[in-house]
Amino acid sequence: MSEPMPLFEVFVRSKRGLEHRHVGSLRAQDAEMAMQYAREIYTRRQEGVSLWVVRSGDIVASQEEDAAAFFDPADDKPYRQATYYDLPEGVKNL
Amino acid sequence: MSLLSAVVGLADDALVLGHRLSEWCGKAPFLEEDLAMANTALDLLGRARLLYGHAEKLGGSNEDEYAFLRDAPDFTNLLIYELPASDFATAYARQLLIDVFDELYFDALQGSQDDTLAGIAAKSYKEAVYHVRHSSAWLLRLGDGTDESHARMQQALEDVWGYHLELFENPSADVSLVANGALPDRAVLKAAWSERVRELVERATLTVPAGNWSVAGGRTGVHTEHLGFLLAEMQHLPRTYPGVNW
Amino acid sequence: MAEIQVDVQARRFQERIDAEVRIEPKDWMPDAYRKTLIRQISQHAHSEIIGMQPEGGWITRAPSLRRKLILLSKVQDEGGHGLYLYSAAETLGASRASMIDALHSGRAKYSSIFNYPALTWADIGAIGWLVDSAAIVNQVPLQRCSFGPYARAMVRICKEESFHQRQGYEIMYTLATGSADQKAMAQDALNRWWWPSLMMFGPSDADSAHSSQSMAWKIKRFSNDELRQKFIDQAVPQADILGLEVPDTELAWDEQTQHYRYGAIDWDEFNRVVRGDGPCNRQRLAEHKRVHEAGAWVREAVVAYDRKHQDQSDV
Repeated sequence: MSEPMPLFEVFVRSKRGLEHRHVGSLRAQDAEMAMQYAREIYTRRQEGVSLWVVRSGDIVASQEEDAAAFFDPADDKPYRQATYYDLPEGVKNL
Repeated sequence: MSLLSAVVGLADDALVLGHRLSEWCGKAPFLEEDLAMANTALDLLGRARLLYGHAEKLGGSNEDEYAFLRDAPDFTNLLIYELPASDFATAYARQLLIDVFDELYFDALQGSQDDTLAGIAAKSYKEAVYHVRHSSAWLLRLGDGTDESHARMQQALEDVWGYHLELFENPSADVSLVANGALPDRAVLKAAWSERVRELVERATLTVPAGNWSVAGGRTGVHTEHLGFLLAEMQHLPRTYPGVNW
Repeated sequence: MAEIQVDVQARRFQERIDAEVRIEPKDWMPDAYRKTLIRQISQHAHSEIIGMQPEGGWITRAPSLRRKLILLSKVQDEGGHGLYLYSAAETLGASRASMIDALHSGRAKYSSIFNYPALTWADIGAIGWLVDSAAIVNQVPLQRCSFGPYARAMVRICKEESFHQRQGYEIMYTLATGSADQKAMAQDALNRWWWPSLMMFGPSDADSAHSSQSMAWKIKRFSNDELRQKFIDQAVPQADILGLEVPDTELAWDEQTQHYRYGAIDWDEFNRVVRGDGPCNRQRLAEHKRVHEAGAWVREAVVAYDRKHQDQSDV
């Protein structure tokens, strides 16, 4: 009995000018196989013009327990949003 | 008339191989590969429909009459396409030999004087380039995998090898079509094919079969017995209920 | 201390669910939620994969080239959907290999509908029309399931499956408006697939083992009976257009409720098939095992090749 093939995450660029988006995963033994199967599985309906595959184990993800420390401090900085500022009546192109 | 029969021959090749690959649906060694084999089958069956469609415009029958209402001697596919392959190594040994041929053949056919054929060839060429990539990956992984997979792949190559020479024969009916540029000369593709296949087989740590046997006859309707069984399964419904729409 | 901690987490978890915030794989979740999802998603995946068998057997026998292409691409889609679903379950820590093992040992189930045989070409029409319609009625609300990966897989699956039921209905329509033999074939298929399709929604709400907790967790959003009713209300007028008769003498439109009333479902048969005595249970599982074992040497070769070529494989 051999061990299962590793998981890869698949990212597809749906058309030129757009970013690659995560679409799902698959199992393959190596990068070349993963790329071929990404094409076979995730672009059957003309979903993409470019593919990325990356070993799931190689992704470094932020941890749920860090979420409060990581993301909440951004919630008191409304001055980073354009809507924070008062503009005089009639001013244009701002 | 002879362009028509040449187009039907190419269509039969695609149909019979597409059918063989479609037998793998749900039966591949793992799910990802199952989808891959079905994609190749869909490419081939789609190609068969385009070619039968062209044949109909050239004065032939429609695609379903070709597929479902002819008996084995009227099919003109080459024998290598119809061989059964319920073993994964056999499926990919055959596939590799054909995919490498297709890449060369459809590349050349893109220059056909027949515009429709050139168009179908352009589409088929792109498909073949990908098919070679996939089947050569399997040749490599099975040839250079375990002792068992190596032995199976070597045996599979030996088993299909004698059917490959027919790919490079120009049927006598095609000679004038080759001369006037409607069809590529199959014979001249052999050197490039042999070189490419030798290189891939050796990279996979396998041995090119000795090649001291050869079987042919498909273009004149002299098939292996396997085709009859394939047709019996494929045709039974339209033949049981003739003359209706599905 | 630890228990209080779990209580706090459990409360926060349920608050998130109640607020329609999606749960993602790395979030804390109750063990029972995780287990329920693994059971449901893997069962859903197995159903897609086992479901390839009855239709797959007709790919080589499809009666026209157009039908052959459509059917092959549909059955291939089912393989893809199985794959998306296995992937979703894997985010919860269940490996695909362990799920397949659970299927083979009988610990995991798949939808009982696939234990019925596809005997004629009309069955391919009936499966696409009825079985896929029932599946879609089930799956549409699952797109809003509380577990993110499952919901996202369902979005993709629902989008891809939109052609599945149409191709089935088109087959049925062609047969129903064709020769007398074809029409009889279509009616026969409807007769055999109608009741099993109704059973796809599972036991009546009164007898459903997992329903209320799944509703609270927003894994499930409608009850079995609600979904079944929705399916019937859709399918009956479709059968009328085909000119075929739904095999239920008690079927009648109820003006008051604005729904169809339908006859009693034979739950004894349902339980018999679930327990393993449907026409094809043994065949389906044996075939899945056979294919899995026949491919073992290929999977081993892939691993062996990779070991030899570790250095070059990551380009």
